[in-house]
Amino acid sequence: MIRFENVSVTYADAPAPAVAGIDLFVPEGELCLLVGPSGVGKSTLLGAVSGLVPHFTGGVLDGRVTVAGRDTRTHRPRELADVVGTVGQDPLAHFVTDTVEDELAYGMESLGVAPETMRRRVEETLDLLGLADLRDRPIATLSGGQQQRVAIGSVLTVHPQVLVLDEPTSALDPGAAEEVLAVLQRLVHDLGTTVLMAEHRLERVVQYADQVILLPSPGAAPVVGAPADVMAVSPVHPPVVGLARLAGWSPLPLSVRDARRRAGELRERLAGRTPAPVAPYATAPAPDAEPLVHCSRLTVRRGRTEALRGVDLSVRAGETVAVMGRNGAGKSTLLSTLVGLHPPASGTVTVAGTVPRDTRPAELLRRVGLVPQEPRDLLYADTVAAECAAADHDAAAPPGTCAALVGELLPGIAHGAHPRDLSEGQRLTLALAIVLTARPPVLLLDEPTRGLDYAAKSRLVGHLHGLAAAGHAILLATHDVELAAELAQRVLVLADGDVVSDGPAADVVLSSPAFAPQVAKILAPAPWLTPAQVRKALEAAS
Amino acid sequence: MTAPADPRPDAPRPDAARSTGSTGPGAPAPRGPHAAERAGAKAPHHGDRWRRWRAPVAGRANALHAGAWWVWALGLATAASRTSNPLLLALVVAVAGYVVAARRTEAPWARSYGAFLRLGGFVLVVRLVFAVVLGSPVPGTHVLVTLPEVPLPGWAQGVRIGGRVTAEGVVFALRDGMKLAALLVCVGAANALANPARLLKSLPGALYEAGVAVVVAMTFAPHLVADVARLRAARRLRGRPDRGVRALLQVGLPVLEGALERSVALAAAMDTRGYGRTAQVPAGVRRATSALTLGGLLGICAGTYALLSASGAGYGLPVLLAGLAAAVAGLRLGGRRSVRTRYRPDRWGPRAWLVAGSGVAVAALMIAAASYAPDALDPPAYPLTAPTLPLWPALSLLLGLLPAFVAPAPPATRPEPGAATAAEAGVEGATR
Repeated sequence: MIRFENVSVTYADAPAPAVAGIDLFVPEGELCLLVGPSGVGKSTLLGAVSGLVPHFTGGVLDGRVTVAGRDTRTHRPRELADVVGTVGQDPLAHFVTDTVEDELAYGMESLGVAPETMRRRVEETLDLLGLADLRDRPIATLSGGQQQRVAIGSVLTVHPQVLVLDEPTSALDPGAAEEVLAVLQRLVHDLGTTVLMAEHRLERVVQYADQVILLPSPGAAPVVGAPADVMAVSPVHPPVVGLARLAGWSPLPLSVRDARRRAGELRERLAGRTPAPVAPYATAPAPDAEPLVHCSRLTVRRGRTEALRGVDLSVRAGETVAVMGRNGAGKSTLLSTLVGLHPPASGTVTVAGTVPRDTRPAELLRRVGLVPQEPRDLLYADTVAAECAAADHDAAAPPGTCAALVGELLPGIAHGAHPRDLSEGQRLTLALAIVLTARPPVLLLDEPTRGLDYAAKSRLVGHLHGLAAAGHAILLATHDVELAAELAQRVLVLADGDVVSDGPAADVVLSSPAFAPQVAKILAPAPWLTPAQVRKALEAAS
Repeated sequence: MTAPADPRPDAPRPDAARSTGSTGPGAPAPRGPHAAERAGAKAPHHGDRWRRWRAPVAGRANALHAGAWWVWALGLATAASRTSNPLLLALVVAVAGYVVAARRTEAPWARSYGAFLRLGGFVLVVRLVFAVVLGSPVPGTHVLVTLPEVPLPGWAQGVRIGGRVTAEGVVFALRDGMKLAALLVCVGAANALANPARLLKSLPGALYEAGVAVVVAMTFAPHLVADVARLRAARRLRGRPDRGVRALLQVGLPVLEGALERSVALAAAMDTRGYGRTAQVPAGVRRATSALTLGGLLGICAGTYALLSASGAGYGLPVLLAGLAAAVAGLRLGGRRSVRTRYRPDRWGPRAWLVAGSGVAVAALMIAAASYAPDALDPPAYPLTAPTLPLWPALSLLLGLLPAFVAPAPPATRPEPGAATAAEAGVEGATR
C-alpha cells in the first residue's frame, strides 16, 4: 500500500538529509507504528506519504514514494486526498469549518462526492466515532479527545485507504487516548484501512501495532519488523518492555495482559520486598512547617463555569505533587491561579507567603515560576544567549545566572541557536532554566512531557528530582501516569473542578486502573511502580 | 394556556433539534401533533391549531436560509434609509431588536449584535459632535448655546469651527445619525441571526475559494484574541508587566508569528484534504465568465447606488436586475471549474419565503409611503416641529416582525459545553 524505495529527503540549507536510505513497505490493512527519538525525521517520513514533503515543505526528495500505486512526486497532496488521510499533531490546526458536521463533510465536498453519499457517510462516521451527540456543536467547545476524534473522522469520511497520524494521543488523557485507539483498531479490523502513525507514548500504542518501523538515529537506516523484535533492540521502549528486559522474558510481551501472564515467577522473586520509594523526600517535611502553597476553599470561575470548586491544597518545601484528571478537569486553571492569572471567585490562595493576584509580576517571579503547556510562549528572543540575558534582566539576577543553568540542564546546546529550532525537549528545558533563574521556591509545570521522547523525559525527571531535593515545592499537571509514578510523592486527582482524591502517589495510582502505571498493573497487588524500582530490588537480591 | 400540567409543550429537549431531521424546512412544529394529542382532552380545538402552527425548534435540518435573513435585514435597512422621522427610525430599530431577541442563538456570531448596537450609538454621537463643533447647514433660529468660534484664514472660507449651535441643526444631525445607526443595527441583526459561514456556503461554486478565505479569516480572529491573552499571561510569567499598551505591543510579534504558523499548518491540512482540486474548462468559457461576472457586479453596484440614493429610483431597478442576471450567469459558468459538491445546503422553504418576503414588503411599502406621506417620513428640520407617527408607514414597518413568529425558534436551553464534555470524557473518578 505504501512503498518507499531508497528515499532520502534533504531540506534546503540543511547540511545532512533529514532521512536517508529508507526502503520499506507497508501492506494493506496494517497498523504500522513509527517510533524513534525526537528529531530523527518521523514527521518527514509521514509527510512524504501524504505528499506534503516535498510539495509543501520544499526540500529535495530522492528515490520514490508510492501510495496505492500513485507516485507522490507527480501527485500533489490534493490529488492524493482521496487515498491518504492525514491528521497532524495539533487537531485545531486541521479544522477548516466551525461545526462538527460541516467539518466531517469538508473533505468530501472538496472531492465532489454526491450529496446523498455525503450524508450517508457523515451519519456512519458520527456513529463509528461516537460523535452523534456532538454533531451541531462548535468545534472550539469540544475537549481534546473529542477534537482528535473529529479530526480523524474528518479524514475518514472520504474513505481513504491510508491514514497517516502524527502523535494522535500525546495531548490526551488516558481515557480519551483509549477512545482514539479503539477507533483506530476498528478501522484496521473492520474497514481494512492502512494506518501509519508516529507516537512517543509507546505504552499506549505498541500492543496494537502489526509492524514497527524504528528510526534509531538521524540519517540511520530504519529497522522494520514485528513489534516484539523491534522493541527488543529499540532505544525507546515502554515500561512493560523495560520490565520484560529486566526479567529476561522472551518473546517480549508488549501488553500488560501478556506480561501479567508471565509475571508469576517475578512476583514470587519480589515477594517480601518493599519497593524503595520512587521519589524519596529529600528531607522529611516538617508537619508544622508553613506550607509554600496553600489554597483553602478555592473556587475559580471561567466565564460562567466553575473551573475549580472548593479546592483545599497545601504543598510543602521539597514535595512533588502531580495533578491529574481528564482534559478540562481544571488542572491548568489551578496552576494558573497559583501564579495569579485567574482571580479566585472565593477562597484564598497564598504562594510562598504572598497572594499571587495582588503581587507585581516582577516580585512574583521570585516566589513562583510556571512553565506553561506551550513552553514556546515564554520565549521571545532570537537566540538562546539573548533569551538568557533577558531572563537575567527580568529576574534582576547577576548576569550569567541563566546561562549557567542552561549549561547545567542542557549541556552542549549552541547558544546562538534560535529557540524555534530546538527540539521540544530542549525548548522545555530552556523554559525551565529561564523560570529557575529567579530561584522561585515554588515550581509549576503544565503538561511537561507533551511531545517528549523517553530520553528527554528521563532527563527531565532527573532535573526535577534534583530540584525537589534542593527544597523546591513542585506541582505538575500531567496526563502521563508513568511520569507521575516516577516523580511525585503525592497525587491530586481533579474531576470537573473538584478534588476527588489526594494522597501518597502509590496509594492513589494503585487504586485506579486509569492512573496506574504499567508496572503496577503487571505486578499488582504489590506496590511496584517503575522498572527502576524492580531493578534495584533484583540487584539487592542477587 | 390550556394545559397547566405542561406549561411549555414546545420546550425543547436537547434531542428535539436533531429529531427533526426528516422534517422538511418550514414544516409545522414536529412535536406539535403530539402536544396537541396530550392537551386534546381539555383544550378547545382552535388551541390545537394554534399550537400546530407555532414555529418549530431550529435545528440543522430546518435552519432558515441565511440569505433570507439578509434579505429581511436589507429590506428593513432600505426602509430606514427612506425616512428621517425619529419615531419611525426608532420603530425600525425596535423591530430588528425584537426579532433578534426572539430568534438568535447562543452561537459566537450571534453575540455580535451588541457590538453593532454600540457602533450605532457611537456613530450617532460622532454625528452630533460634528454638528455641534462644525456647525450645520440647516438654518435655525433657536440658539441653544454659542461656542467660541475659532478664527480661520481666508482660504478656509465656508468652514466653521465653533459658533452658534441651533436646535434645528442638532435635531437634523440627530435624525441623520439615527438613520445611520438604524442601518448599522439592521446589518448587525442579519449578522446575529445568520451564520456567516453558512451564508458563504450558499455562494455559487465559482466564488467558493474566496468564500473559504473569508471563513478562515473569520475563524482566525478569535484565535488571535486567544493568542494575545495567552502571550500576555506568559509575560507575567517572565516577570514583566502584563497590562498596558506596551505589553500589548510587545506580544504583537509573537502573535503574528503564531498566526503565520497556524496559517501554514492550515494550508497544509487543507491541501491534504483536497482543497483546490479543479476541473479543466475551455479558455472561451473562462473569458466569458470573467466578462459576465465583472459586468454584472458593476451593474449591481450602479443599480444599488441608484436605488438607495432616492434620485435614481427610475433606472436603478432595471440596472440592478440586469447586473444581477449577468453576474448569476457568470457565476454559473464559473462554477464549471469547481468539482465541489455541497453538504446539506440550507434550503429555501416556505418560512424563508415568509421571512425574506416580510423584508421586501417593508421596503416596498416604505418606498410607496414616500409618495403618499412625504412630510411624515421626512419632516422638515426648519421650522422645528415635533415629529408625528404616521399610522400606515408605522403599520407597514411592523410587518418586519413576522420572522419573530415564523422562523424556527432556537432551543431555549442549551447544554453547557463543560457539562457535556465532562459526561463525555469517560474517565471514572480515580478513587472509585
